[in-house]
Amino acid sequence: MTAGQAKPAEPAVADGLQERFDATIARDQRIEPRDWMPEGYRATLIRQIAQHAHSEIIGMQPEGEWITRAPSLRRKAILFAKVQDEAGHGLYLYSAAETLGADRADLTERLIEGRQKYSSIFNYPTLSFADVGVIGWFVDGAAICNQVPLCRSSYGPYARAMVRICKEESFHQRQGYELLMTMMRGTDAQREMVQDAVNRWWWPSLMMFGPPDDNSPNSARSMAWKIKRHSNDELRRRFVDMTVPQAEKLGVTLPDPELRWNEERGHHDFGTPDWDELTRVIQGDGPCNARRVERRRTAHEEGAWVREAALAHAAKQAARTARGAAA
Amino acid sequence: MSTGEQRGWPLYEVFVRGKRGLNHVHVGSLHAADDRMALTHARDLYTRRNEGVSIWVVRSEHITASTRDEKDPFFDPSADKVYRHPTFYDIPDDVPHI
Ligand SMILES: [Fe+2]
Ligand SMILES: [Fe+2]
Repeated sequence: MTAGQAKPAEPAVADGLQERFDATIARDQRIEPRDWMPEGYRATLIRQIAQHAHSEIIGMQPEGEWITRAPSLRRKAILFAKVQDEAGHGLYLYSAAETLGADRADLTERLIEGRQKYSSIFNYPTLSFADVGVIGWFVDGAAICNQVPLCRSSYGPYARAMVRICKEESFHQRQGYELLMTMMRGTDAQREMVQDAVNRWWWPSLMMFGPPDDNSPNSARSMAWKIKRHSNDELRRRFVDMTVPQAEKLGVTLPDPELRWNEERGHHDFGTPDWDELTRVIQGDGPCNARRVERRRTAHEEGAWVREAALAHAAKQAARTARGAAA
Repeated sequence: MSTGEQRGWPLYEVFVRGKRGLNHVHVGSLHAADDRMALTHARDLYTRRNEGVSIWVVRSEHITASTRDEKDPFFDPSADKVYRHPTFYDIPDDVPHI
């Protein structure tokens, strides 16, 4: 700061900080926890990371319901590991949110009180074991499309959590696809289960990328801040292009009569998801919203005594150690 | 660090040595009731696929950090001592192995 400036100190400092922040973003460098950042950037990140964390945590439920009913020990062990990974993803992300000053207990409360959202996709039911395979293939596949660019997100802890998560998602997608290949080699009834699951999950999976670009008001700002690297429609298009040949190999039909290769654009044309349905599910009116949040609330409340007992035990041990040292 | 911590388990920072010969590297944080629990949670959370051979955990509140401001004079002592770098010294090209 220049000595003897007539301007009051506060805005002068803020000016310099904003410029430094902008320059860091422009150079494609990372913003780190203790750096100065605009309040809007911080708030946007906390909201996005918290929603992402909540999605991982709620996302354990649809598949978790099949752990006890998995058809073999091999499938049970795989599903267990996958669901455990999703718990881990949630915790990496809560950890990243905390570097921004968010409080973890507060985030959990916001989730179970319905004040913060999670991905719409987890509000659909898992009706057969084929759903477990289709979730791995579609939902984790869509998550990969979303998350790979986030490894270069401008906020350091978020980007690093994403690197860790992306390494694990590949297993999730492959175990799902392999499960479906196994079922497709089975009986007609099994092939029908797979096709039925594909029919039910295809459109909700496309909705995972969020509303279309012309109706996604915060996207432009997030992209300017390089929190987000690609638009919703761009990511959706990538997912479709990636999935179509996989569906052909598997021998299932994606339930979209408008789906076809567009030679000129070098991409697939596809139909429009039911955006009214997405709005309803986001606003709490999906098939399983109430059940998912209630389950999370119950787990949290039923775990309260464990958290308290562990603290009491830690205090007792600390006191014992202190007494031992004094003696 | 944050006021909400009084409501639950304290926050720990986690450092993992990926393999022998490497330093411990910060990988993230977690909440635990005590040091022992922090270690077992760190194992379950950050080393599910052999990512580590050794883990350190430390209460976040025990970490002392330099200030966040890049323009802080804290790092100035290293900024103006170019003679600490090998490139500062001109040596003729025909002098071998230096
Ligand atoms: Fe995940
Ligand atoms: Fe996953």
